[in-house]
Amino acid sequence: MSIWEYANPKRFLSTSERILPTLWVLSFGCLAVGLIWGFFFTPDDFRQGSTVKIIYLHVPSALMAINAWLMMFVASVIWFIRRHHVSALAARAAAPVGIVMTLIALATGAIWGQPMWGTYWAWDPRLTSFLILFLFYLGYVALWEAVENPDTAADLTSVLCLVGSVFALLSRYAVNFWNQGLHQGASLSLDKEENVADVFYIPLLICMAGFVLLFIALVLYRTGTEIRARRIQALIARDRVQA
Amino acid sequence: MPDLGKYAIEVLGAYAASIGLLALIVAATFWRGRRVRQRLEQMDSKDRADG
Repeated sequence: MSIWEYANPKRFLSTSERILPTLWVLSFGCLAVGLIWGFFFTPDDFRQGSTVKIIYLHVPSALMAINAWLMMFVASVIWFIRRHHVSALAARAAAPVGIVMTLIALATGAIWGQPMWGTYWAWDPRLTSFLILFLFYLGYVALWEAVENPDTAADLTSVLCLVGSVFALLSRYAVNFWNQGLHQGASLSLDKEENVADVFYIPLLICMAGFVLLFIALVLYRTGTEIRARRIQALIARDRVQA
Repeated sequence: MPDLGKYAIEVLGAYAASIGLLALIVAATFWRGRRVRQRLEQMDSKDRADG
């Protein structure tokens, strides 16, 4: 069986409806376990105090803010090459979820930054590239809404997505590229010296799994909604022609 | 409830804002999904009735 069979809307809907209940349960389960574990059962950091508990929201949401855009990038490339409508609709469905993830990362970062850095905001390379990524998300959603022809909208938003991918990558690697600013490097690393302490590690991984699963569940559900909305538009257009 | 010390407002604020935003996107997703599904079912049944 080929992955391209899921480009068929009916096939996509039947498969996603079959797996969505499991995905919802797993995502909410992981989020509940990870957040409760992190909030109630992990100690304070010797330097950051209780603010370290914000890591369970900030790191997973920042991870998904970047990866949501990369998923949209892949879907946009598929649209360009193979013209599968489901891929364009999946990219459209992912954008509002990406906005929420970026907003959570920015908000929790600002709230965490105030007590640790003495300021809510600094024009630091990572923070600035994240803000630009957030603006790209807003522009992407606005462009989908502004263009009436769905195929033209998919073309234009795909171009915007390709351009915005530069900022998605920059927001991930800004700390390494410029090596300056307030923001630290990656919280998770294969180098044990740079990694977060073991006591924070497992609940953080569970929270990250929860955010990833929630993103997948939301995008599958929203893509199904976009497919149905497209069918409604097609039926309305047909009725207009017949009338 | 753990003792959050002098950073209680920051930690609780971060959790409230994040959980609120997540709840909002989940609720909005279900709300629109249900509305679109109902509309399509109405149009399909009207289509079948019209032959």
